[in-house]
Amino acid sequence: MAADNLTFNVLKHVLVPEHHLLSEEEAEAVLGRKGMTRDQLPKIRKSDPGVKVLESIHGPIDEGRVIKVVRKSETAQEFVGYRLVTRG
Amino acid sequence: MTVRGITKRIGSIKFSCVSPEEIRKMSATKVITADTYDDEGYPIEMGLMDPHMGVIEPGLRCKTCGCKVDECPGHFGHIDLAMPVIHVGFIKDIKMLLESTCCQCGRLMLSEDQIKVRRESMDRMEELGGGTIDVKNFSKETAKDASGKGICPYCGKEQVKIKLDKPTTFREVNDNHKLTPKEVRERLERITDDDLVTLGIDPSTCRPEWMVLTALAVPPVTVRPSITLDSGDRSEDDLTHKLVDVLRINQRLRENRDAGAPQLIVEDLWELLQYHVTTYFDNQTSGIPPARHRSGRPLKTLAQRLKGKEGRFRSNLSGKRVNFSARTVISPDPLLSINEVGVPVFAARELTVPVHVNEHNIEQVREIVRRGPSPGLDDPYLPGANYVIRADGRRIRVTERNSEDVAEGIEIDYTVERQLIDGDVVLFNRQPSLHRMSMMAHRVRIMPGRTFRFNLCVCPPYNADFDGDEMNLHVLQSDEARAEARILMQVQENILSPRYGGPIIGAIHDHITGAYFLTHDNPRFDRFEAANIMFRLSDIPMPEPYIDEKGEPYWTGKQLFSTVLPSDFRSTFKSNICRNCKTGCKKEECDFDAYVKIRDGKLLCGTVDVKGIGNSKGKILDRIARDYGADRAALFINQVTRLALGAIMNHGFSTGIGDEDIPAEAANQISSFSQECIDKVSDLVESFHDGTLDQMPGRSLRETLEVKVMGVLGEARDQAGRIAGNHLGMTNPAVIMAKAGARGSMLNLSQMAGCVGQQAVRGERLSRGYWNRTLPHFEKGDLGAYARGFCSNSYKSGLTPTEFFFHAMGGREGLVDTAVRTSRSGYMQRRLVSALEDLKLTSDGTVRNTIGTVVQFRYGEDGVDPARTVRGKAIDLDDLFAEVLGDKADELLHIDTKDVGGDYGSLEKDEMEYIEEEDSEDYDDLDMDYDGGGE
Repeated sequence: MAADNLTFNVLKHVLVPEHHLLSEEEAEAVLGRKGMTRDQLPKIRKSDPGVKVLESIHGPIDEGRVIKVVRKSETAQEFVGYRLVTRG
Repeated sequence: MTVRGITKRIGSIKFSCVSPEEIRKMSATKVITADTYDDEGYPIEMGLMDPHMGVIEPGLRCKTCGCKVDECPGHFGHIDLAMPVIHVGFIKDIKMLLESTCCQCGRLMLSEDQIKVRRESMDRMEELGGGTIDVKNFSKETAKDASGKGICPYCGKEQVKIKLDKPTTFREVNDNHKLTPKEVRERLERITDDDLVTLGIDPSTCRPEWMVLTALAVPPVTVRPSITLDSGDRSEDDLTHKLVDVLRINQRLRENRDAGAPQLIVEDLWELLQYHVTTYFDNQTSGIPPARHRSGRPLKTLAQRLKGKEGRFRSNLSGKRVNFSARTVISPDPLLSINEVGVPVFAARELTVPVHVNEHNIEQVREIVRRGPSPGLDDPYLPGANYVIRADGRRIRVTERNSEDVAEGIEIDYTVERQLIDGDVVLFNRQPSLHRMSMMAHRVRIMPGRTFRFNLCVCPPYNADFDGDEMNLHVLQSDEARAEARILMQVQENILSPRYGGPIIGAIHDHITGAYFLTHDNPRFDRFEAANIMFRLSDIPMPEPYIDEKGEPYWTGKQLFSTVLPSDFRSTFKSNICRNCKTGCKKEECDFDAYVKIRDGKLLCGTVDVKGIGNSKGKILDRIARDYGADRAALFINQVTRLALGAIMNHGFSTGIGDEDIPAEAANQISSFSQECIDKVSDLVESFHDGTLDQMPGRSLRETLEVKVMGVLGEARDQAGRIAGNHLGMTNPAVIMAKAGARGSMLNLSQMAGCVGQQAVRGERLSRGYWNRTLPHFEKGDLGAYARGFCSNSYKSGLTPTEFFFHAMGGREGLVDTAVRTSRSGYMQRRLVSALEDLKLTSDGTVRNTIGTVVQFRYGEDGVDPARTVRGKAIDLDDLFAEVLGDKADELLHIDTKDVGGDYGSLEKDEMEYIEEEDSEDYDDLDMDYDGGGE
C-alpha cells in the first residue's frame, strides 16, 4: 500500500481488519444483493484512521461511499462487512 | 421487508427552572382560600379543589377545558406567596451562587482574564463533544475557584462568608446575621447573565432568582384526588393537606404584614411558611421534623411520590402490574408432563381466556356461561365464565343470579371470558428472569390444592426448588400469542439450551439414582417387581420376559430401560461412573459397567447415569432432542423419569449420617496420616526459620513456605478422602449419588468422613485476626498447620472450637463472594440487555435494530443458532462418521481416548457451579435456605 505519507498505517496492524473501498458500481451491486439501502448500513467516520489510510491511496473519499471490511471471525473463518462513510 | 414509517427522534430534553411569571401564566386559577368544599359538597371557587384545576367526580365538567373525568388532564393553579421562600431542591445551587458572587455588585468573583480563559475552555469542550456532565463538573470548579475570595475584583467590597444552616437558612458568618429569602433573592437578581453562563447556567431558561419562590404552582386536582370513604366522609390527599397548611400560613403572614405587626411575628410566620413549603417539596429534608398526619404518619409529599422502590419511577414506570396473572408457592409433581403446569382450582376460577362467539361454538359457550362464575363442584372441574363482553364492548359480569339470562342473551360476535381449562397455554415464570428459559409456556392442568405444580425436570431452567419458592403464571389472551408461545416458548422447545448446545432440561437427583439402579450391572426383576417399575408407563407394553433356570420369567433392568428409547437409537459413550482406567478401556467388558452401548434402541451394556439422561450432560437426551425432535424428547423425559422413579421406589433409597461411618482402622489411618502431614509442616516451618528452606524461583522465602505447606496439607486431605473412599464402597447410598452424578461429590464425602482440610481466605491460609496470629489460642508467629486454619477433623467427627472458627471464616468468604458476584453480574447483565433489547434477527439473516439499521450482516457471523449446535460446534463430525460407518466408527474415533463428557456447557456455568459447590462445601445448603427465606 502506498501510504507512506502517514505516520502510521493502522491497516498494517494485526488487530485491524482489512478495509477496501468499493467503487460505486460495486457498492450498488452489494446493496442490491443484500436488499439494503445505504442508510441501513453501519457507519464509519470519515475521520476513521482506516478511512484515512484508504484516502491516502484512493484520494479523497466522499460521504456515502461504501467500505468493505474483511475480518477474521471466530465462528466463520472470514467475515465480510460493509460500512457507509459518514461525516466526522 | 421492513415496514418503514416516519421515525421521529427526541433530539434532547432540557429540564430547567420555571419562572414565577410562567407559573402564573399557566395557572388556571389563583388559589386563595384554604377551604376545599362547601356545605353541599361542591368545590369552592379559588379553593384547593377549584373545578378549574380539573375534575375527579364523575358527571362534573372541568371549568377550564370542559372535559369530563378521565378526559381532562388537569390544570395547574397557583398560590401567590406573601413573602418569598427558598426552594429546598435548589439549596445547593443557591449556596454555590451566593458564595461565588459579590454580595454587593453581584459579579462573579473572578478577574476578566480568568473568566475569559474559562469561557474559552467551555466553548472548546462543547466543540469536542463534551457532555452536559463535563460542563457541569467544569463550572463546579469555576464556582469553587471564585468562592472564598476576600475582596471583589470589581467593586472592591470585602466579602462576608456565608454559612448554610440546614436546611434553608443562610447566615453571614461574621455577625450571625440571618439572610432572609428576600435578601437572597435580591442578591441572586444582581448576578449578570454573562456570569451565569460561566457558572454553567443558561440564563435564558433559568434565572437564579427563580429558585426563590414568589409563586407556588398548585398541581391539578387529578394529581391529588380526594377519596370518599364508605362513611361518606371525604379524605384529602397528603399534598392537599400540605397545600392547606401553606395557604393558611400565607394568609396569616399577609394579614400580619399588612397590618404592620411587629417584625418578630412576621419573621416567625415567614419561617413557618418556609417550613411548610419545604416539607411540601420533600418531607424527608434533614434538619427539620417531617410534617405529620393527625394519626402521626408522616405525609407523603412530592419527593416521596417519586423516590425509592415504591416511587413513581421504580414501581409505576419501569415496572407495571398486569391482569390475568397468578402467583403462588410451587411444589413438585413427577407425574405431570414437562409441558404441563398444575394450576389450583382456586386460581383457575379467577384466570380467564377470552372466547370469541361464532355460530359453531355458541352452544358450548352458552353452556359455560350458564354455569356462572363458580360452578359448584370442583371435582370434576368444570369451567364457568366470569365476564361476557357484548359486541359493542360493554362488559357484563356473570353472577350466580344472572348467569341463565346472560347465557340466553349471548349472540355471535360476543366475547366470553371463560375460566381456565386443561390444555390452555400459559406462561410460567420465576424471578430472577435471567435467561429466556426463565419464562416458558406450559399447558394447564387444573388440580386440587393451592400450589402450582410441575415436573422436576423443569427445575434447572427456572433454577427453582421447593423450599418456599413462588412462581408467576400469565394467561395468554390472544390466538397469536398462544400460537407463538406454543411454537417458541413451550418447555419442550427449550430442552436444548442456547447457552451451550446441550439439554438444560433432563433428569435430576433421584431420577439419576433411579436410572442407575435400573441399569447398573443389569439387575433381574421378577414379574411383580417389573410390573411395579413399569406400571406408570401405561402406553408402553411389557417387553417379552426372559426365562430363568427355574422356568420363571424375569426382566432385566437394561431391557426395561430400552423400552423408552426410540427403536432405531444408537449411541456409544462412557458413564459418569467410568474410572478412566489407566490400563486402557475394556469397552464392553468394562468391570464397572461404565461403557454404554446402545444399538437399535437396545441398551446393550453400560450404566445410564447423569451422562446418559442428566440435565446438561445427558448424551441420550441430547441425541434424542436433536435427532428425533422436541415431541419425542419430551416423551422420553416424561417416560424415563417415571421409569427411574419406579426403579428407585422398587429398590428403596435413603441416605443419612450413618453413610459416612468408616471403620476404626480407617479412622486411625486417616488421623495418623494427617498427623504425619502436620509434622511435615512443622518441619517446613522449622527449616524456614533456620533458613534451610530452598527458595522457589520467583517466590520469596515466605511464599515458598506457604506453597509447600499448602501442598502438604492438600495432600493430607486428598489422602484422607482416598482412605475414606476406599472404605465407602459402591453399596453406600452417598457414594452412589456422588458417582452417578445425582447429588454431592466425593470431595463432600471425604470432608464428611475423612478430613475437612485447609481453610482459606483469598486462596491463602488464614492469617488475619490478632497481631501475628489468627487467634489468642496460638503463639505469636506460629506458622504451623493448626494455627493457620487446618481442620484435621471431619464434619462427622466434629470440629474443634478453633477449627470451627476457621471454617466459619472460610465459609463467610464464600457467602460474601456470592453476594458481591450476583449483584455485580446482575448490573452488568442489565446494561447489556438494555443495549441489545431491541435488536432482532430478520428473515434475511441480518441482525437489525428497530429502525432497520444493520448491526451484524449475519447472525453470529456464521448464522448458526447456538441452541442447534452440538456443544457450540455447528456440526458434530463424529456423529456423522458414526452414522455412516456404523460400529467401525467407534474404533476409528478412539472413543476411549476422547473425553466424551468433556462438555462445552459444563465449562461455562456448570463447571463453575461444580467448583463452587466444592469450594463452599455444604454452604450450598445454606444458600438454598437463604433463597427460601428471602422469598
